[in-house]
This record gives sequence, C-alpha cells and structure tokens, in this order.
Amino acid sequence: MNINKDLVAASATPLVLAILGQGESYGYAILKRVRELSGGELEWTDGMLYPLLHRLLRLGYVTTEWRTPPEGRRRRYYAITDDGRAALAEQQRQWVTVTRALGDLWRGSVWLPTALAEA
Amino acid sequence: MDGVESQIAEWRAYVAKAPAVNGRDVDELDAHLRDQIAELGAAGLTADEAFLVAVKRMGDLDTLSREFAREHRGRLWKQLVLSDEDEPARPSSGWFEALVFALAAAAAIQVARLAAHFPDDEPAWLLRNISLFVLPFLAGYFARRRQLDTRRWLLTAAPFVLVALVVNLYPYRAGSATEPLVAAHLPVVLWFALAYPYMGGTIRSHERRMDFVRFTGEWVIYYALIALGGGVLLGLTALIFEPIGTDVEQVFEWVLPSGAFGAAIVAAWLVESKQQVVENMAPVLTMLFTPLFAVMLTVAAATYAVSGVAGAFDRELLGVFDALLVVVLALVLYAMSAREPSLPAGLVDRVQLLAVASALVLDVMVLGAMVARIGDLGLTPNRAAALGLNLVLLVNLAGAAWLSMRFLTGRIAFHRLERWQTSYLPIFVFWAAAVVAALPPLFAFT
Repeated sequence: MNINKDLVAASATPLVLAILGQGESYGYAILKRVRELSGGELEWTDGMLYPLLHRLLRLGYVTTEWRTPPEGRRRRYYAITDDGRAALAEQQRQWVTVTRALGDLWRGSVWLPTALAEA
Repeated sequence: MDGVESQIAEWRAYVAKAPAVNGRDVDELDAHLRDQIAELGAAGLTADEAFLVAVKRMGDLDTLSREFAREHRGRLWKQLVLSDEDEPARPSSGWFEALVFALAAAAAIQVARLAAHFPDDEPAWLLRNISLFVLPFLAGYFARRRQLDTRRWLLTAAPFVLVALVVNLYPYRAGSATEPLVAAHLPVVLWFALAYPYMGGTIRSHERRMDFVRFTGEWVIYYALIALGGGVLLGLTALIFEPIGTDVEQVFEWVLPSGAFGAAIVAAWLVESKQQVVENMAPVLTMLFTPLFAVMLTVAAATYAVSGVAGAFDRELLGVFDALLVVVLALVLYAMSAREPSLPAGLVDRVQLLAVASALVLDVMVLGAMVARIGDLGLTPNRAAALGLNLVLLVNLAGAAWLSMRFLTGRIAFHRLERWQTSYLPIFVFWAAAVVAALPPLFAFT
C-alpha cells in the first residue's frame, strides 16, 4: 500500500508533535518512531523532516538544543512547548472528526471488502 | 571506515552549496546520516552500501534544498520564484523590462514638469500628484515580472486610479492646509498599493508581507546609493561645464527629475536581481544603527522627561519627532525582516527593546503635549493628522515592546513578534488612506 502523498504531508505535523509530546527527541529517532508506528507503511523522505521541524521551531511549537549524550554523537534535540501542545490538541480535534466521519460511512458498507481484496 | 568518512565529507560539501541550507542544518543532516549508516551497518550492510542507502533515504537534494528554501525564506528570498515548482528559476536579469518601465517613469515626469512649467511655476497639483508619476510604473513592473493575470492587473491598477481621482477631483481652496498633508501621505498609500503586485497578487500571507518589508528596506538602501552617485555626477558636471559657459541649470532641469524617477525602478530591479549583495549588507546595517539609535533615543527620552516637552513644543519639533518615530519603526521592522527567526533572544534584541521603549516614552510625551495644545488652540488639519499618526505609532510600539519583553523572557517565540508587525501593516495603510481621502472633506478643503 502506498499512502497518498497529500495524506502523508497532512499527517506529518500532528505526528511529529504527538511524538514530541511523549518526550523530547531528535530527527533520526522521530523518523524511526514514525516507521514503527505505521508498520513501515508511512514512508517519509528523511531530509524533509528537518524543514518541518524548523517550521515548528519558528512557530514556537518546539524548542531545540544541541546536546551530546554520553556515548552518543552530538545531536539536535527538540522538545514540545505549551503552544505546541495547544496546536497538537487542535490537530487532534480535527483528525478525530475526520476519521469519525469516515468511519461512520465505511462501517458496514458492502463494497469495501471487495475493494480491499482487489487492492 | 575512512572511505565512508571521505564520502560523507563530499556529501556535506555538496549539501552545503544549497543557499538556504546553513552550517547548522548541515550538521543536523550529517548526524542523521551517520545514525542511519550505523544502524544499517549493524543490520549487516557494508559501509559503502549503508552510505548509499542512507543518502538515498535522505532524498533528492534539489527537492530538499527547495524545501529548506521554502521554510527559511529570509535566508534567500527568491521565494517568489521558488513558489512555483514547475518554474525553477526565472532568468533573474530581466533588465530590459526594468529599463522600459524606468524610461516610461522618466518620460512621465518630464511631461508633468512641462505641463506645470516647473520650476518657473510650482502649481499645487504637481506636488499633490508627484508620486503618481512613478509608483504606477513600479507597480506595472512588478505586475509584469510576477506574470499576473488580467484580473490581478485590474486589481493592481484599481487603487492607483481611485487615488488619482480622489486627489484631483477634490476642490482644494488656495493655500489649503490639507493639501500638503495629502501630498505627504499619498506616497505611503501608493507604496502599500505596490505590495499587491509585489506579493504576486496576494495580500494575506504574513511571510510575503515580511518579504515586502524587506524589499522596502533594501530598496531604500539601493536608492540612497544611486542618489549619492547621481549627486556626485551632477556636481562634477556643473564644475566641469560651468567655465565654458554652458547653462548647466537648463540641463539639470531635464536630467534631475528623470534620473530621480527612473532610479526608483532601477533600484527595484537591483533589489530583485542582485539580492545576495544586500543580503549580506542588511544585517550589518541594522546591527550598526540599532544601538546608535537606541542610545540617541534613550538620551532624548531622558532629557525631555526632565525638561518637559511642552516648553519646546512647536510645529517643527512635532514634525521632527514624528519623523524620528517613523524612522525607528522602520528600523525595527527592517531588522526584524533580516533576522533569522529561529535564533534565541540575544543582545541585539535587548538593544532593540531599549530603542522601542524609549520611542514609546517619547511618543507618550509628544501625545500629551499635543492633546494639551489641541485643547488650547483647537483642532487643525495638521494637528489631526499628527495626533492620528502618533496614536497609530503608540499602539504599534506598545505592542512591540510588550511582545519583545515576553520574547526576551522566553515566554513566546519570535514568530509572534513578526506576526504583530505584519498584522499591523494594514493599519498604517488605513491611516494614510484616511488622511488622503477623509481629512480634506472633514476640514472643508481648507
């Protein structure tokens, strides 16, 4: 299954914010987490994560700091701010609404299994 | 592993060439690449294979650098070119277009000059309309450069036509006080009307508004440079030709207005096509002048706070104060547009807050004196215009001071400060438009 490009783009911000909501992290670890969570279905081009993180930084949703953990390499860590949590809550509301609407429509519809089987 | 090290170094050098990617970004991408290589290595790939896979996953460098450029508009502001993905780069020269519009502006002012018999005669309509002989051409230049469609061309033209009608149909009385006010505020209105074609037919985007602010600052710098060069040229011309009996004045009557008006478009073209030159200059200039202005404003605020502003207060001083406040605001805005938004608060931001706070104190004192004066002597067009301008500035400076205090204490991101200023820009436009369109009828065109 290839997830549509627009859908990947739209879900990127809430995903990153939600991951950072669970604790501070750095680029590579965020990407790994996204792969794990989606079972490898959600494939990002690695480099694209960084302009996104920088945008969140400019909007004040995250803060950042260069740090060298013991026995690790120097990395740039990102942590969510209160503004970021507010933005995440807002995103959450929107996504829940969308998925609920789609779920209502798809629950019990007959053509879906056949469509899935074909795909 | 040495092989991989040199490959990474090569890759780094290649990434660093992209103009919107700075050294810290490269470090960040580098760390990512090494993490990836290490993990792939642990999974059993050879160093070379791991490097290739890691680089591939990082993504195509053109797309990546475009994505960086989109986010870090300030680092290279070719964003208007970049916003269109199918058109990677417009030939940045376009000098011929600029020349045509510059010549048109130069010709327009000559026609106006001859019609007005300037300088033998100085009719008021010439002064009132002066910006209408150059800014429409500048707007046309941008409308063409941004390849606007017909509807947007019409929307670009609309404010200019409207303003031309308002300014010329109003029945001003002889020696009217509102007329010079209109002449002073009209260029402001028209300059902001220019923002529409400059921003490619959008006005809502806050990022593009900031681009326009930056453009304005760079334009002023280029124009000042051209004016200096022109001044030297004319001075030398006079010295060389005067002894052989040429009537230099006559020549200047032609050269000076055309040169000054054509230069407005040439300066815009320079800003557009030679961006990198000023890109390096802008932060230096703001670094240099922000502290100097801060010192001057602090001393002025302290001095006037002790001596009281009311004693020395007359019309001329009022004009000086307003000019000073406008310059401070322009400096703040320009510094903001040249700042890298993701940097944490630094010394420059503190100095700037000092400048803004002092300007605020001065503005409050001026306003107090002005209200007292209006109470004593009544409201005249000049006082109404000055009062409005000071109120508009007061709100802006107060907001800016409050937000920069919160930014300095780490409670909000710099982005909020930027937002405040870009959201405030329309208020300046409304105020200037009100002076042009509403003030003359309110004071019965006196």
